[in-house]
Amino acid sequence: MQCRIESSGNIITAYLDGEIDHHTAKDVREKIDAQIMAQSPELLVLDFRDVTFMDSSGIGLVMGRYKQMQLLSGQLHISNLSPHIKKVMQLAGMDRLATIKN
Amino acid sequence: MKILNQFKMELLARSSNESFSRVAVAAFVSQLDPTIEEISDIKTAVSEAVTNCIVHAYKEQLGYIYITVRILQGNKVSIKIKDKGCGIADIKQAMEPLFTTAGGERAGLGFAVMQSFMDKIYVKSQVGKGTTVIFHKQLKSR
Ligand SMILES: Nc1ncnc2c1ncn2[C@@H]1O[C@H](COP(=O)(O)OP(=O)(O)O)[C@@H](O)[C@H]1O
Ligand SMILES: [Mg+2]
Repeated sequence: MQCRIESSGNIITAYLDGEIDHHTAKDVREKIDAQIMAQSPELLVLDFRDVTFMDSSGIGLVMGRYKQMQLLSGQLHISNLSPHIKKVMQLAGMDRLATIKN
Repeated sequence: MKILNQFKMELLARSSNESFSRVAVAAFVSQLDPTIEEISDIKTAVSEAVTNCIVHAYKEQLGYIYITVRILQGNKVSIKIKDKGCGIADIKQAMEPLFTTAGGERAGLGFAVMQSFMDKIYVKSQVGKGTTVIFHKQLKSR
């Protein structure tokens, strides 16, 4: 699992790449949270274009970042979900909390 | 039900094995020529059950996870995932969506995912002895 972070102005975009499970979620979480801490953005975008697998540990990751952004009165967008990842997100009701793009 | 093929594996409950275990099960099931969606469903359910062995069953110690995959007549698959860990006191409660005994970022949705992605799930558990989860899935015939 790789995670490349871009930030511009008040927006952080995290490009996730690979498989998200309990084993891989921790590093990604730490990386994203460090950037949130440093920047206090208004918008966090999690880009799933290159994510090939995700289970409920990924839901924990997304839910946790949603809470972080709520503390900052900011927003979370989730983008480029494959059908499989969309199915997992919907089961968790993430589509009611965050804005899903595409 | 007639067993057409079977695969067993035993692996240490290390989080680095989460990926290997779901990929190995998916590779065995691929002899039935499943759809991409069926393979994703199976990988996800296996990942949930294996992660539970690692995170919950063996949280203080390092034990083994026992996985049996069977190909049954009529394009059916059964997958058994067993641990000899701490066991579950109240299975009904454990299976409720959002219920978790672990803090951190566990979503409490592992069983909800298994139930929604598989046709049937059976859970047997005894405190101090361990837990067995069995899935059944009917694949589309192609
Ligand atoms: N193999 C297991 N051994 C012991 N306890 C388990 C096992 N699997 C699940 N549990 C219990 O059931 C709860 C719910 O599991 P699950 O739905 O996967 O959510 P999560 O893993 O996010 O906690 C766990 O928090 C744990 O208490
Ligand atoms: Mg779980």
